[in-house]
Amino acid sequence: MSKTKSMSKSKKIGDIISHVVLVILSLIWIFPIFWIVLTSFRVETGTYIDHFWPHGYTLNNYIKLLTDTSQFFFVRWFLNTLLVAVLSCIVSTCFVLFTAYTMSRMQFKLRKPMLNIALILGMFPGFMSMAAIYYILKSLGLSQSLLSLVLVYSGGAGLGFYIAKGFFDTIPKALDEAARIDGATRWQVFTKLTIPFSKPIIIYTILTSFMAPWGDYIFASYIMGDKYSNYTVAVGLYRMLEREFITTWYTRFAAGAVLVSIPISILFIIMQKYYVGGVTGGSVKG
Amino acid sequence: MSKEKKKKGSNPLAFYGETFVKGDLLTKLSFIIMGLSNLLRGQIVKGLIYLSMEFGFIFYMGVFGASAVASLRTLGTKKQGMAFDATLGYDVMQKGDNSMLLLLYGVLSVIIIILFIIMWCKNIHAAYESQLLKEKGERLPNFIDDIKEHFDAKLHKTMLFFPMLGILIFTIAPIIFMILMAFTNFDKDHQVPGNLFTWVGFENFRTMLFSGETIAKTFWPVLGWTIIWAIFATALNYIFGMLLAMLINRKGVRCKGLFRTIFVISIAVPSFVSLLIVRNMLNDDGPINVLLANLHIIKDAQHGIHFLSEPLLARITVIVVNLWVGIPYTMLITTGILMNIPEDLYESAKIDGARPATMYFKITLPYMLFVTGPYLITQFIGNINNFNVIYFLTNGNPATLDYYQAGKTDLLVTWLYKLTVNWKDYSYASTIGVLVFIVSAIFALISYNFTSANRNEGDFS
Repeated sequence: MSKTKSMSKSKKIGDIISHVVLVILSLIWIFPIFWIVLTSFRVETGTYIDHFWPHGYTLNNYIKLLTDTSQFFFVRWFLNTLLVAVLSCIVSTCFVLFTAYTMSRMQFKLRKPMLNIALILGMFPGFMSMAAIYYILKSLGLSQSLLSLVLVYSGGAGLGFYIAKGFFDTIPKALDEAARIDGATRWQVFTKLTIPFSKPIIIYTILTSFMAPWGDYIFASYIMGDKYSNYTVAVGLYRMLEREFITTWYTRFAAGAVLVSIPISILFIIMQKYYVGGVTGGSVKG
Repeated sequence: MSKEKKKKGSNPLAFYGETFVKGDLLTKLSFIIMGLSNLLRGQIVKGLIYLSMEFGFIFYMGVFGASAVASLRTLGTKKQGMAFDATLGYDVMQKGDNSMLLLLYGVLSVIIIILFIIMWCKNIHAAYESQLLKEKGERLPNFIDDIKEHFDAKLHKTMLFFPMLGILIFTIAPIIFMILMAFTNFDKDHQVPGNLFTWVGFENFRTMLFSGETIAKTFWPVLGWTIIWAIFATALNYIFGMLLAMLINRKGVRCKGLFRTIFVISIAVPSFVSLLIVRNMLNDDGPINVLLANLHIIKDAQHGIHFLSEPLLARITVIVVNLWVGIPYTMLITTGILMNIPEDLYESAKIDGARPATMYFKITLPYMLFVTGPYLITQFIGNINNFNVIYFLTNGNPATLDYYQAGKTDLLVTWLYKLTVNWKDYSYASTIGVLVFIVSAIFALISYNFTSANRNEGDFS
């Protein structure tokens, strides 16, 4: 009797400690995000402040960010990014699903070599070929255009088929066979049978390829160079932190960061179930 | 038929010899005039496609391709500068060869030639096939049939066409181009278009790995730091992320959803945003130092903690900040898997009087390592190439004169990026890229073998 009591007591203490630790950790994780939101409403500009709480709150940073186009065109950049994200998301998703389906279902001579080549190609650092991609785009007459960004983000997407292939592998082949006996072509099997079964992995693919352009700074900045009007938000926001702009633009940068993060975060939180499913289903196996 | 296939497998070239011997006149002519066999046997569209490919290729090679491939050998001979013009009788500015474009076009032309050879082989197959069908008196498939076939038995060709094209243009061609560049002297002293560069063999690798020059004295320490970084970043994220997931999963913890969401938010915020914020917060005069000064822990913000500007501290900081980025991610991934661990394992361990730490190391960790092995390997390779955290947080700084254009927190990939973008030392950048590939491949091979060996013993399968 007394043993169970002491056990429940120690369990209670454990619970309290767990909650305290979790609350502290939550504060650590939420603090930078809280800080940027706070900064975005701050009246005083500039990065250096000697006090923690702002002296005043204002919406001016947001208004200026959206309307002041003397240096930066945030609204334009936002729409650019949205356009690039939507287009490259459509192309990537098709590429990934097509490649994954063939690798999972079709039997052909080059299947094994292709799987191996995909693994090998994945081990080259992506930035290594950045300069080459730039000159290829230039020789295609596409340099500094939004289309070139779409191509860069989605061109090699077919290589990222592993997760979707893992998912397709779990759909019983017997279903395919049955449909084929009923006279369906391969294409019909793919569109009428495989696709409807694959909602989670399609959402995962759409989600990751849609989010990529919002966070990519490297390729976008290298390809766009000085063409301000075709920047994406990541490049634009990074520019605001350069030495000559940072004093006026730091709080507006914060406002921009908040505006970019809100839709992406909401999207991610709603879809996180599919995200986890995708990662654990594909790259983690028992 | 199956016998023939077997033969083909043993020596693919033999097929073409045999076809040439056994084929009729039309098939033989198809070796020279592509698509002829199909065209004259009634597969008009197919034949025309092959024929137009041949014309296109010949045109391309004549106008452009042949010279592009030929100039691969020297990468240009005419240097930009003043040259004597005989007709005018005085020196004029001469437009030089652009070695880089010559290399690029050369690579693209070689790829086009390879593609053409593949199409030529397909043409022979198609020519012979139509001859055989005709001899058997069967109806030849027309163009519509071919298209239908490409949505059924040959669906993989249709589906893979555009993805493969994309991979070829945006992944394979650039990688080949950059690998080749590692064997040239395209550094900041040999910039196009003003100057030429040429092949130097393994010279860059020798300089990078074995010479006593600054660049070799940079490579080895940066490689060392890259590996230390990758080990710490992967292992700590993994262990702490798992512990966090276990803590939230714990029976008796309330508001599990709320806690999870808080941590997930930090994943959802684009990483460049959160990293730039953290960089700003950790600056010498940033909010953290201000806060510490206000709390009188340090004298004033100016004499604060140099999170990002003191070499050792900066290295620790990037690892810690990377924990901030990575732990929620691991938490998200491992939560579900942790719940799958059979409860009775813990029950029986408890009866045997095992303490929580023992249970963690004897049950949880082995199980998780077993299930998430491949994920860990991907993470490790990903961390070797982890660009964002370093670039946005420290940009490789603090800089040091001991290194060749690199700072104390630079990884191989950020160094590569700096050499490409800031210094235009393309040859060295490419050399680093190839070496990073070799390092990644070695680690991947070792660990795949290791995990598969583990798997055979499999306690949990």
